[in-house]
Amino acid sequence: MNSATNSLEPEIASNFDAEKIRADFPILKLKIDGKPLVYLDNAASSQMPQQVIDRLVRYQTTQHANINRAVHYLSEVATMEYHNARCKLQQFVNAREDREVIFTSGTTDSINLVMHGYGRKFIKAGDEIILTTLEHHSNIVPWQMLANEKGAKIRVVPVNGKGELEVNEYEKLFNERTKFVGLIHVSNALGTINPIKHMIDFAHQHGVPVLIDGAQAAPHIVIDVQALDCDFYAFSAHKLCGPTGVGILYGKAALLESMQPFKGGGDMIASVTFEETLYNTIPHKFEAGTPPIAAAIGFGAAIDYLTAIGIEPIAAYELSLLNYATECLNDIPGLTIIGTAEEKTAVLSFTLDGIHPHDIGTILNQDGIAIRTGHHCAQPVMQRFNVPATSRASFAFYNKKTEVDALVSGIKNVQKVFL
Amino acid sequence: MHTNSLYQEVILDHNRKPRNYGKLDHANHQAVGHNPLCGDRLDITLQLENDQITDIAFQGESCAICKASASMMTAAVKGKSRLDAETLIHEFRELATGKLDTTHPHHLGRLTVFSGIRDLPTRVKCAILPWHTLHAALNSVASTSTEANHDSAHAVSSKS
Repeated sequence: MNSATNSLEPEIASNFDAEKIRADFPILKLKIDGKPLVYLDNAASSQMPQQVIDRLVRYQTTQHANINRAVHYLSEVATMEYHNARCKLQQFVNAREDREVIFTSGTTDSINLVMHGYGRKFIKAGDEIILTTLEHHSNIVPWQMLANEKGAKIRVVPVNGKGELEVNEYEKLFNERTKFVGLIHVSNALGTINPIKHMIDFAHQHGVPVLIDGAQAAPHIVIDVQALDCDFYAFSAHKLCGPTGVGILYGKAALLESMQPFKGGGDMIASVTFEETLYNTIPHKFEAGTPPIAAAIGFGAAIDYLTAIGIEPIAAYELSLLNYATECLNDIPGLTIIGTAEEKTAVLSFTLDGIHPHDIGTILNQDGIAIRTGHHCAQPVMQRFNVPATSRASFAFYNKKTEVDALVSGIKNVQKVFL
Repeated sequence: MHTNSLYQEVILDHNRKPRNYGKLDHANHQAVGHNPLCGDRLDITLQLENDQITDIAFQGESCAICKASASMMTAAVKGKSRLDAETLIHEFRELATGKLDTTHPHHLGRLTVFSGIRDLPTRVKCAILPWHTLHAALNSVASTSTEANHDSAHAVSSKS
């Protein structure tokens, strides 16, 4: 969150009508074992508003056919709606052209696409790839696979005790062998917002392309890929109130054109003989096979829904929730918040003295409270803070202060059980 | 879902004061068990003489369910034959996964306090990890994981 957002926070947060917004989300009316659902696992997956559900139903009941193929009515409609969804995503990230937005199955798939399409073509033995301690496994494992295959080397940016990247150490890692940077925009485990603009600029001074894993950032921060000047940016729909099974990879057109295809099949070709295949232009070169058409259109509807509310008001409201929750949790004896960066999204990772996160999660569930417990697919982060796992409450714009209160009394109840 | 019936006093007590906690200096069988889903890890060391478990200890980082299960397990198998221990391992797995018919005779005794775990599929592995690791130790598999095939003596290590 930049300072401009911070300064508007009290005004926007107080005008933000969370109750009205909650009415859009049918799942929030659920009761778990008789208790109202308190859903605080939004960093894992956010819930879907009725508007997006309705869009999926409308597509499936009146618009569905395969795309880019037939000349009949439904195929034309489905092709157009799928393309419209791409254009909504293009506007959402402010990409220069719609062909720079590739639909994938999600962030992991997007990163694997870059690893195969760019990495396998351009990374060679002895080259170095810079990653950070905060990366999700999805931005570690593909690069390890590539490094093992090519004889390349992974260099890792450390984090300080607050969970912030040590940017000066990052800068020291660069040398003539540095060929790629993979960087998480917002830490899923801790909520840290990384200074990616500066880090991208620094990499570019060394002629090194940068991939941003934006899975945790896109729901909370306005993304402008042209202003960031990142080479690749990836995120998933299901963390943005959209369906699972779809996400995007933004890539600069010239880079995407220079890359080799990731998956081979239908739609990604211009012509095929048994002697030779000519590949289609971008984005189609990277969208082999029938894509998740319904999910992509649902993704577009989710983007419409979020932009109508506005990412900035959402971020300001969530920051007010984070500040309130941080204050409340800091007052609980024996509770330690892991990740206290200056710049954070509404994620609270914590430990309780003498009580394992899994026990916390199970007992909170008894009160209808859904949090995530475990290593959050970020084991290097856990190792850095010497904990096997943490409990993580992550807030969305449809959460409210009374749910923070429910979490606090739930945690106190856990402590009572283990007294 | 009846969480209270799971976090019973006997389980909380074994979590607070685990029995046979530590590491045997002269163990002739040992194994390390991992639960890659939560990062938990458990070491089991035991002394096997003439096919009898004469001593056993465990240590590690885990949740209350896993620690209590390990504590009660070590108390249950100490002094037992390898065959009896394997029977308990089998019966406990059946109990935790809701497959044990408790109306038929079994040997679990107080271990049936873990029966509530069957309603919490994500926690079943926490309760089973110690038993899985004991099975590996008895069969001289050095490292195992809750994601390994239960009946395989060639359990995979969990480096992922």
